[in-house]
Order: sequence, then structure tokens, then C-alpha cells
Amino acid sequence: MVRRILVVAAGLLWASSAFAADVSLLNVSYDPTRELYAEFNKAFAAAYQKETGKSVEIKQSHGGSGSQARAVIDGLQADVVTLALAYDIDAIAAKGLIATDWQKRLPLNASPYTSTIVFLVRKGNPKGIKDWDDLIKPGVEVITPNPKTSGGARWNYLAAWGYALKKSGSPDKAKQFVADLFKHVPVLDTGARGSTVTFVERGVGDVLLAWENEAFLAQREFGKDKFEIVAPPLSILAEPPVTVVDKVADKKGNRAVAEAYLKYWYTREGQEIAARNSYRPRDSEIAKEYEKSFAKVELFTIDDVFGGWTKAQKEHFAEGGIFDQIYKN
Amino acid sequence: MNGVPRRRSTLPGFGLTMGLTLTWLSVIILIPLAGLFLKTFDLSLEQFWGIVTSRRTLNALRISFGLSFLAACVNLVMGMVVVWALVRYRFPGRRLFDAIVDIPFALPTAVAGVALTQLFAQKGWLGAPLAELGIKVAFTPVGIFIAMVFIGIPFVVRTVQPVLLDLDVEIEEAAASLGANRWHTVFRVILPSLIPAMLTGFALAFARAVGEYGSVIFIAGNLPNVSEIAPLLIVIRLSEFRYADATAIAVVMLLAAFIIIFAVNRLQRWAQTRIPAH
Amino acid sequence: MSEPQALTFTPRDNIHTEPRVIRFVIVALAVLFLLIFVVLPLIVVFASAFSRGLSAYFAALTEPEALSAIRLTLLIAAISVSLNLVFGVIAAWAIAKFEFAGKTFLVTLIDLPFSVSPVISGLVFVLLFGAQGFFGPWLQAHDIRVLFAVPGIALATIFVTFPFVARALIPLMQEQGTQEEEAAISLGASGLQTFFRVTLPNIKWGLLYGVLLCNARAMGEFGAVSVVSGHIRGETNTMPLLVEILYNEYQFVSSFAIASLLAMLALITLVVKTILERRLDEGQVPSDD
Repeated sequence: MVRRILVVAAGLLWASSAFAADVSLLNVSYDPTRELYAEFNKAFAAAYQKETGKSVEIKQSHGGSGSQARAVIDGLQADVVTLALAYDIDAIAAKGLIATDWQKRLPLNASPYTSTIVFLVRKGNPKGIKDWDDLIKPGVEVITPNPKTSGGARWNYLAAWGYALKKSGSPDKAKQFVADLFKHVPVLDTGARGSTVTFVERGVGDVLLAWENEAFLAQREFGKDKFEIVAPPLSILAEPPVTVVDKVADKKGNRAVAEAYLKYWYTREGQEIAARNSYRPRDSEIAKEYEKSFAKVELFTIDDVFGGWTKAQKEHFAEGGIFDQIYKN
Repeated sequence: MNGVPRRRSTLPGFGLTMGLTLTWLSVIILIPLAGLFLKTFDLSLEQFWGIVTSRRTLNALRISFGLSFLAACVNLVMGMVVVWALVRYRFPGRRLFDAIVDIPFALPTAVAGVALTQLFAQKGWLGAPLAELGIKVAFTPVGIFIAMVFIGIPFVVRTVQPVLLDLDVEIEEAAASLGANRWHTVFRVILPSLIPAMLTGFALAFARAVGEYGSVIFIAGNLPNVSEIAPLLIVIRLSEFRYADATAIAVVMLLAAFIIIFAVNRLQRWAQTRIPAH
Repeated sequence: MSEPQALTFTPRDNIHTEPRVIRFVIVALAVLFLLIFVVLPLIVVFASAFSRGLSAYFAALTEPEALSAIRLTLLIAAISVSLNLVFGVIAAWAIAKFEFAGKTFLVTLIDLPFSVSPVISGLVFVLLFGAQGFFGPWLQAHDIRVLFAVPGIALATIFVTFPFVARALIPLMQEQGTQEEEAAISLGASGLQTFFRVTLPNIKWGLLYGVLLCNARAMGEFGAVSVVSGHIRGETNTMPLLVEILYNEYQFVSSFAIASLLAMLALITLVVKTILERRLDEGQVPSDD
């Protein structure tokens, strides 16, 4: 009996390794896109097979956006990177793995789907959180990941900053607001997903600053009877970019597939997958179709308010930058 | 230990085995660690000093070393209680509890991490009642401390246990017959002979806790300056592309580890010369 | 299983033991401490794993990703344990059977991985083999993948489990002395013959003991592997890494299912270890450090 179980177990273990596709791509992505790419990869593989007759297998790696970029720089053989923000891809480009004009190679800043930052609160919104100012009311605990390691957290931070700046018009006031905000943060996880788990599963905090898609996902997974999504009137347009890692894709001879893979995002099917997973689609028709799924939020872009990622990164998140100053106080 | 003075060995293979030992040691341990030190030469002395004494680093080191010290103290005290109960008394399930002591050693740290977090989170079996009392464990330094206590449990018990088992009952009897009361016998006669083993166990638990990562990160709040341990700061620096910073912190921790382990080996030699062969 | 150990202490009269109350308090404290800190977390793992029933549990374990993680974990353990086994025996021979200057220092070096943070154990290999590291460019030029592939994970695991076998053998072999081997040699046996016929039978339980602990750590390592793995799903995720990943995907049952496998491994390790300890000379129990 024991032997039979062992034989079956061994069979199971080794059976699944027999499968091999014609082409294998590695997509190195950030934390909250797990479900998105699970669906997108399947759809792309089917479409690609139909078109070319070749089977393609897409392997995924997820983690904090910064950690993932670091891994690629250290030699993780990613054919494509789909990270949380342009800065992390710029860091890879700076090492010569990607052409520096990568963001021009695909339409719309190479961001085929977008998102924004919203608040996830507990059922009934017991602390009455409606807008950014409510986050720094006494007794409110805010959950956000660490902007140093998490791309999503950087969007959170910049959204808060942008709100305060637009409201007061003064960078000093904005800094004060963000500093106050972080005084309300009891846990800084290293990734967006870690923060969601902290808030949702472990019951810490009153409000989670989250990617819109992440908030929807948490609501789907844990029930609408437990969490509500509050969209602030003003937030940031988060543009997670995608690109081919030239050096790796060329070496592996995968450039054509990798490019087809990313271009598939800009098709109707791709855009629908994004919308279904609560990412705001770029395609206006699809956007219209899914209009009701997304709250009306006035969105500002990082280029408008911060003059682009490189500048924002340097000012806010670099060593000795504003985020460090906030945590020194 | 066998009391026979060592002579020049006539056994073969010293050159070969020593050569292989040193080679393998170099490939796996020494060269990689040397690489770590080499990497710090990218930094000037001031830069290195600046990183190591920056507020964030100092706090992370303070949290790692401070909480590890506290946890090792708890392990020392509770370890002695456990070992005393296991060796000196008989109670139902004693054998089972003896075996259980090793679980933290055998359980993968990630498993310990998710389990402790589940247990001590605000909704957890222990976290909920503690929260009622106003005590928060998960995502606070207390949580880090709990995880460190967990992983350190076997060390004191397992280093003291054999010594206590081997301790000559006659000494105790002699002390007692000379009129010492039990209190005296325990603290003046028994404990002193356990001290080297206790210190060894303490140091091992401390060293383990300082470097611990897997079980701590799940339960720690990971707030800079508050609940961010040094190994996590290394990981964070890496993901910020700041290799030099990561390396500098790693070097400090490595030196500490080396000192602790060296002290432990010294302690063990001391213990061997102190305790007569049986 | 008989009780040889229990015979070594007999109930003592009052002079030699503490008052009843104190005895009770000490035992209660010890039991309570172990229950809360050790038993409860273990129960949590299994309770969470089975919280949605047996079928959910087995479904979680037969997911392709879970299978691939189990496979990788077994492979890594096989590689690192066998290499460390060979090395451990060789090192123990050199250290236990001969006297030489700098022995404490050498033993300290062997022990070092015990107290080096797992994160650092991973970091050193990133610095060596990463694309920006010392050997990175050369490896890339020759298209050899170390980091984010099996070799890197294996190296980090070997580093972490380096001391186990050697440390289990050294005290044992020191205690056994060299007379038997010397006798064999003087009777004309070769070195290897002496080792396989004389030494090995004497140390086999200690060796198994070391291998056992080495294996437990190899399968369970998280920190070091996490740094060098790259987290490619179905390819470079070991079981402990998968525990974290599934945990972060809200798949708590699956996460704890994998965790329960690892916990089971820990329990089996302990049972075998207890048996081995009995076999090992009653007196000398190798320490756990």
C-alpha cells in the first residue's frame, strides 16, 4: 500500500515535467498582476498558436517592482518586464539591457493598461473616510507598503503628495501632509500584496491605500460584505509600463514572440482582459463598455505634477530624498 | 575526552583530507565571503562609516541585536526551566516534550513565520485575546521578539541537557550531607558547572536570532526604525539597487557572527577542560 | 522502544530534589512554554491546511506549481546533502583524527554558516555570480546560468547546510580516538579500507544524524534561496518560497498545505532523530548547534 502511494506520488511529481512548449518566455512582473497575467498568458498562448501554429509557454515571476528590476539587472533572464513604474525599467535600461528609448516603442508610454490609487476600507466605512484629508485624522491607521521597495507604494505616496500640492499649492504643505500620513502607518510591508494581506487577512489598519485593481481583487476574494472601496475625488493616473528586455530576448531568439506578446495588450482581447481584471483599459471603446466598473476620479499624471519619474524618484525616493527625511523625523 | 594524550598520528590521509577540506571550504565559504569584503572596497572608509552609522542602519542593527539579546535571555531562563523539568523530573509526556523541543530547529523558517503570524495576528487564536488586553504582538517589535524566542528554543536546552545528565549526583549528595540546603546546592554547586553550557546555548540562540529572516519578516511590521530587522534592510537595499549599502551592513553582521561563533568554540573548549571526564 | 534513558535517574528523596510545589511550577512552566511556543504554531499549520477539507488540501498539493516546487526542493536537497556528506566526512577525518595548529579557527570557519544570516548567504552569491558581480560578465559571455537557476539555489543551500555533517561527526570521531584505525593500518589495511571497514561502521549513526539535520535544513531554507531564486513560477520556486507566494495570493489553504508538508518533514525528521540518538552511544549525544 505504502509502496503504491509512493509510486503514484513519484509518477505525479515527474509526469508534469514532460510537457514542453515550442517557445518559452519569461515575464518578470510586479506583485498585483498575478491574476491579470494568469489570464492574459492563456489568451495570448491560444491566439499565438492559432496564428503561427507554435505553442508558447509564458513563465511568470512576481515580486516587489524594485526587487524584480534588481533581479533582472543581476541576470534573471526576463524576455519581457512588466513592472509597476517606468523608473524601475529605466534602472534596467541604465545597465544596457534595454534600449533607453524603450518607452517610445509602444503606444501610450508603453503602458497598455492603467490604474489609480484608491482606498479600501472596512464594511460600513466606520472611520468615515472619503478623501485624502480623512487619512490623517486622529486614530486612523493607514496601511501602505514601503515606497523604497514597492512600486505601488510609490504611486500611493505620489498620489497623496499630488493631492496635497493641488490643494495647498505649496510643496512644504505637501511634505507636511505626506509626513503626517506616514505617521499613521503602523506596518510597512515590502510589497503591495503584503500590505493587502496585512489589511485584509490580519485585520490591521482602517484603510488600505491600494491599486484600484488590487482593491477590487481583495473585494472579490474576501466578499463585498467585508470591504468597501472608496475612490477619492482626486488621484494619480498610475501607468505600469511594459517592454522587451532587448539583450535577453535577442540572445534567446525570442524577440518576435516577446513583441507579439506585448502588442497583444493593445488588441481588443487584451484590453478586455485588463478591464475584466479591474485595470483601466486604454481603448476608448472598451473603456466605455466597462465605464460602470470604475469610479469617476479626476486623475493627474506624474509628468504633469512631478515632471516625470526620473525627477520624482530623485526628489522623493533617492537616498536622503524627501521620503528619507520624513522617516528621520 | 578519552584521556589518552595525543601522539603523532600514524593514520594516513591527513594531507589529502586537509587539502580537500580547505579547498571545499574555500569554494563554498571563503571565496564568497571574501567577495563580500572585496565589494566593500568600492566604498571609501567614510562612505562605509556613513552607511553603517546612518540612523536607519543603526536602528535596524539595534533592533536585531537588542531583540535577539532579549530573546536569548528568555531562552536562557525558559531553557533552564525546560531542561530542568526534562532531566530532573518525571511527568506524563516527558519524552514527547523532549522531542518537541527540536521542532523550531527542524521546522522551515517560512512555515514558522506564517504560523506565528496566523497565531498572533489580531484575528488569531492568541492574537485576539491579547488584543482584548490591549497587547499587540503581530507587526510590532513584540512579534519579532516572539519569533526570535521560537527559533532559539532548542539551543539552551540541547547544550545544557547532556551536561546536566552527566552531572555527578555524588557532588550533590556531598553538598547536601555537608549541610547545604537545596537552594544552596542548586545555585552554588549545580549551576556553576552548567555555566559554560548555558553560555554556549545563549550565544547560539543569540547568533541564530540576529541573522533570522524567514520567520521574522512575516510577523514584523517592517517599519523603518521601529520594526525593521537588519537582514530585511539588506534585502531592501538590494532591491533599491544599493549593493554597497547592502554589503556594508552584511559585513558588520558577518563580523558579529564570526565573533559570536569564535566565542562559542572557545566556551566549548573551556567547558571541556572544566568538566572532568566521566 | 525501550527506555534506557529513563533509567539514569531515579526518584530522589527530599534532600536531592525540590519541594513538590516548586517541582510542579517548573514542570507546568516548561510544558506551558513548549505548548504555546512550539505546539500551537504547529497545530495552526495543520488546522489552516485542512480548514477547507481533504479534497482542497490534496488539490492544492497536486497543482503543477506545487509539484514543481516539491521536485525542485527534492533535487536541491539531494545535491546539497550528498556534497556536504562527502565533505563532512573528509573534514571530520582531518579535524578529529589529527592534531594541528589553528584547529579552533578552522572549526570556527566551518561553523560560520550557522550564524551567518541566510540573507547574507544569498547575497554573497549574488555578488559573485550576478550579472554585475565578479564572475557575472564571464558567465554571461559563456552563457552559463548560475543565479536564478538550479546551480545558484544549490550553492546557497550548500552554504547554509555546510556545517551539519561535519559538526555531527567531529565530536563522535574525536571521542572514538584513533586506536582502532591505527591497529587496522598496522595490520596492513589501506587508508580507504580502514575508513570503510573500521571508521564508517563506528560513525554510521552519527553520519545519518548529520545527514538528517542537513536534509531538514536544505529542504526548509528560505532566506538564502529567496535572494538567489528569481521566483520563476514552476521553475525556481522551492517549497518554502511557494509557501510565501501562495500566502501572498490569498491562497491560504494552499499555502498552509505546502507548509504542512514541510511541517510533516520536520516531524519525521524529529522521529528519526530520536531513534538515531538512541542508537548513538547512550552517553554522547551530539549537540544541536
